[in-house]
Amino acid sequence: MHMADALLSPAVGATMWATTAVALAASARRVRENGEDRLVPLMGVLGAFVFAAQMINFAIPATGSSGHIGGGLLLSILLGPAAAFVVIASVLSVQALFFADGGLLALGANIFNLGVFPCFLAYPLVYRAIARPGATGARVGVAAVLAAVFGLQLGALGVVMQTVASGISSLPAGPFLWLMLPVHLAIGVVEGLATAALVLFIRRARPDLVERGVASAGKASPIRPLATALALAAAVTGGVLPWFASAQPDGLEWSVERVAGGATVPAPENGVHERLARLQDRVAGMPDYEPPSGARTTGDAPAWPAVNPGKSLAGLVGGFATLLLVTLAALALRHRR
Amino acid sequence: MSRVEAALRDLRLADTLAARDTPLARIDARAKVVVTLAFLVAVVSFDRHAVAALLPFALYPAVLAVRGDVPARWLGRKLLIAAPFAVAVGLFNPLLDRAPMLAIGDATLSAGWVSFASILVRFALTVAAALAVVAGTGMHTLCAALGRLGAPRIFTAQLLFLYRYAFVLGGEASRMGTARMLRGGARAPSLAVYGALAGHLLLRAFERAERIHRAMVARGFDGEFRSLRAARWTGADTAFVAGWCGYFAAARAVDIPQGLGRLLTAGIP
Repeated sequence: MHMADALLSPAVGATMWATTAVALAASARRVRENGEDRLVPLMGVLGAFVFAAQMINFAIPATGSSGHIGGGLLLSILLGPAAAFVVIASVLSVQALFFADGGLLALGANIFNLGVFPCFLAYPLVYRAIARPGATGARVGVAAVLAAVFGLQLGALGVVMQTVASGISSLPAGPFLWLMLPVHLAIGVVEGLATAALVLFIRRARPDLVERGVASAGKASPIRPLATALALAAAVTGGVLPWFASAQPDGLEWSVERVAGGATVPAPENGVHERLARLQDRVAGMPDYEPPSGARTTGDAPAWPAVNPGKSLAGLVGGFATLLLVTLAALALRHRR
Repeated sequence: MSRVEAALRDLRLADTLAARDTPLARIDARAKVVVTLAFLVAVVSFDRHAVAALLPFALYPAVLAVRGDVPARWLGRKLLIAAPFAVAVGLFNPLLDRAPMLAIGDATLSAGWVSFASILVRFALTVAAALAVVAGTGMHTLCAALGRLGAPRIFTAQLLFLYRYAFVLGGEASRMGTARMLRGGARAPSLAVYGALAGHLLLRAFERAERIHRAMVARGFDGEFRSLRAARWTGADTAFVAGWCGYFAAARAVDIPQGLGRLLTAGIP
């Protein structure tokens, strides 16, 4: 459930980057202040473990499919939330850089969805509340499953909010949520079971290792980075979502209206888009929107970009010509080397 | 071969690509980071129905790939592997957004298909640029640049450790998988067996981390990675940043393909 650059608007991407950067800086400071610098090699190896463990799958009974661990929750249990957040951020960065999972602009959103939720919410509020030190195996299992489900549901909600707030995809929030939440409920249960199996194994083999996270989490509460991140997220929700909510009716109604083809489309009109569009109009010297020509476009709200055969043809021909030019430039460069 | 195994092989290839001395590798990594961020912001700031207007931006990844000698086939394969999520979500656009938008003669194309095409173009541009920069720079140089641009030191050290040990533990995990398969068949193991398998991998990881830490401290490691290739900002780097940012600004402000198309189709009524 990696968020992708292609679905993100600059405003949402930048806000999530800023939020994540603050949480990351706070976590890095926490790790250093606690004198956990010596943890750095361990953190690196555990990050590589999360990565490698995705190669080992287990069978999910009666479904024929298989699952593996997600990472955020396990790392929090082993390292404590602050160090775990730094590790999960690095895992997602490597995935974004080398495997194009997500993308660079979406990296902030992805670290937020898959890092902040499991490390700073699911672990302290759910896992630690249920599985106190010395809890029975069953209790650890329940705690891990509930925490994994909780974290992933929040993560899926994050993906939906960021996609919808960006306005690149036409998917309305309601149906998108109906698509994402059940799927991630199932994934959460599987991930929780895998995490529990691992934690219980480690607890039997090396009890000292599992207590590390508890010890470092006890020293300083994760409240400050959490509060900062939440405040920033609240600012996003307050600043970005209202215009969106007011521009569109309830998700399902909205999609029905649009499928029926009768309604108008509110163009994404957040500040950046609008200002850049205005700049474009000024520089290009010609207004981009021509009066609606189809009878199907009714109403006086922001209308469809008009259907204009001449412009369409010019766009197609020009597009191909541009691609041709880019290819030629690349070939010429290659030739020169 | 599993997806992660394939990913590791790709990672190793990216590492080999980045180790070479190409014109792209000689540009300061900070310049590449800054220009790539500007590129990403410019591309995603377009209207959701923009398709042709985005195409001039293909020049950046294309030039990067050529100057960095990054094989086009490798880039293409990575693009295909990464595509599913953006494509899956984008595919809803044609279903939900059916008003006509493009018309050539009698044929019309709905706004949904146009915005779907826009998502695909955005996806290809952003991912190709990121991959080309990484394959033409290398992880160590990139992390050093991130550190000098203000990323927390613990985070950049973490990235380097992760990158290095992903190969080691990945190899170990795939050997464990092979060993289990030889003894127990190709079926995925039960949850209990999984716990033991992944648990042992984790235990080995812990032990390895302890050994690594002791070995590194013995050699004077103080939390800082040092590089022999000193990064120095030159006039070429300034030109790189200024030139590309200027090009992005121009391509963002003026719809180049539209103008080109008008020019080419001027004779057609």
